[in-house]
Amino acid sequence: MQPIVSITNLSKTYASGHQALKNLNLDIARGEILALLGPNGAGKTTLISIICGIVNATEGSVTVDGHDIVTDYRITRSMIGLVPQELTLGAFDTVWNTLCFSRGLFGKKPDHAYLEQLLKDLSLWEKKDSELMTLSGGMKRRVLIGKALVHEPAILFLDEPTAGVDVELRKDMWALVRRLRETGVTIILTTHYIDEAEEIADRVGVINNGELLLVDDKHALMHKLGKRQLIVELDQVAESIPDVLLPWALDLSADGLQLSYTYDPHNTHTGINELLQAIGAAGLLLKDIKTTQSTLEEIFVSLVKS
Amino acid sequence: MNTCAIRVIYKYEMLRAWDTMLQSFVSPVISTALYFVVFGSAIGSRIESVEGVPYGSFIVPGLMMLVLLTQSIANASFGIYFPKFTGTIYEVMSAPISFFEILVGYVGAAATKSFIIGLIILATAGFFVPLQIAHPVWMMGFLILTCITFSLFGFIIGLWATNFEKLQLIPMLVITPLVFLGGSFYSVNMLPPAWQTATFFNPVVYLISGFRWSFFEVSDVSVGLSLVMVLAFLGICLFIVWRMFKTGYRLKQ
Ligand SMILES: Nc1ncnc2c1ncn2[C@@H]1O[C@H](COP(=O)(O)OP(=O)(O)OP(=O)(O)O)[C@@H](O)[C@H]1O
Ligand SMILES: [Mg+2]
Repeated sequence: MQPIVSITNLSKTYASGHQALKNLNLDIARGEILALLGPNGAGKTTLISIICGIVNATEGSVTVDGHDIVTDYRITRSMIGLVPQELTLGAFDTVWNTLCFSRGLFGKKPDHAYLEQLLKDLSLWEKKDSELMTLSGGMKRRVLIGKALVHEPAILFLDEPTAGVDVELRKDMWALVRRLRETGVTIILTTHYIDEAEEIADRVGVINNGELLLVDDKHALMHKLGKRQLIVELDQVAESIPDVLLPWALDLSADGLQLSYTYDPHNTHTGINELLQAIGAAGLLLKDIKTTQSTLEEIFVSLVKS
Repeated sequence: MNTCAIRVIYKYEMLRAWDTMLQSFVSPVISTALYFVVFGSAIGSRIESVEGVPYGSFIVPGLMMLVLLTQSIANASFGIYFPKFTGTIYEVMSAPISFFEILVGYVGAAATKSFIIGLIILATAGFFVPLQIAHPVWMMGFLILTCITFSLFGFIIGLWATNFEKLQLIPMLVITPLVFLGGSFYSVNMLPPAWQTATFFNPVVYLISGFRWSFFEVSDVSVGLSLVMVLAFLGICLFIVWRMFKTGYRLKQ
């Protein structure tokens, strides 16, 4: 199937001379949730801004549903909703009016029923006549989401939607994102919280220094890079690793009470069985055994560092 | 053509004026009244008439122009600068709207506001001095053209400005002197010859002269030349604004 967003050789150099994107290529599939991870200044917002028409690309092209974002901007932009990273809202408008304004910008007449449903979904219905400056930060964030959804877009960009948002609202937000996905909306979000990407996304892309380091299915990524560790706690201090255990390349903790074994859980033969038997044979007494799995965060850190 | 978008931008800008009505509409009326008290009554009582027109009436067109120019520029420059400053402009930029539609929305609203203010001032002036309008169609024509041209000019300043200081700079340093020296309160003929020549490099002279002609049929330059000059300035502003959007100047990085 044709990707809904296709980015080809995209580069961006700002007037300051800073190159924020370097020859970036990425296809976004219809209906997926894609999380873009990357440290501050990686170029995530720049990428989104180009697709939405806020920043001009220096080189390369982007198509949305097969239409070029520059020549067919009317078609592409009407398909896109954007929740910006910053809380940028007017001060004196009411929630209701600002939503009508946004919808009007996309050439759509006010639809009372749809707006009411949207505000209720965002738990903003009681606030519909409040002035924006009287809202809390989390409410403003929801108003921005409302503004992005008010023209019923097929693609939604969420630039760090959970910055400054409490746990409850974050849950609501992910529920909303999942509901949207069920209706066929493609969602691209950026975040610094790896657990978030892990929880919600279908695919994860990692951007650093304007380059897309990788983009892969979340599970495949974990599969590829996700190591697991078996940690064996000993009953008595071991001075050193017994010779018979050398083939497993174990690590002994400084206090001599913990052995850890790193393995790939997807191998048919993990070597755990033999290891445990060998530990027993070496005369070491076990106190506890646990396994840990590397998170996207660890994967991410190792990628960015390297 | 996304007429719906033009309409919401226009409506939004007009509502903003309504919310700040005191500042938008009442303050020009007060300042006009003050001008009449000071120039019309206090000084005007000594001057009696200029080219056969009572001084109090003579200054009405110039006064209207003074307020129209400053208001058009202030309204339009603020209208586009403010969303740029707060960041809410992202919304307009990511919407399926052409540059032309953005322009029509913002400049149209600013020009409408100035037009309303112009009419209010005219009505206010009517309280103080006897008024006659010899050529109402020309008067309206000049009024509308001035509102549009200087709103456009204000829009350019609002796009160009990167801080509040720059926003104030041109209106204060360029426009106010040009208007005061443009014959708002006197006839150019009253100046020494050398200054008269210098004055004709001031575009505002042509504006005020033409506008005054539509009231009293007295002018410093021919009305045709006035019209040409206003249209030329409109053309220049349109060209600049077209270039600006072509290059995404100060709006798109
Ligand atoms: N308008 C601009 N002019 C010059 N440089 C800019 C501009 N906007 C962004 N940059 C630079 O481009 C780089 C990428 O910025 P961008 O905002 O895309 O990063 P990001 O990945 O969104 O970061 P964050 O996670 O902090 O939001 C940064 O080095 C930034 O300083
Ligand atoms: Mg960002």
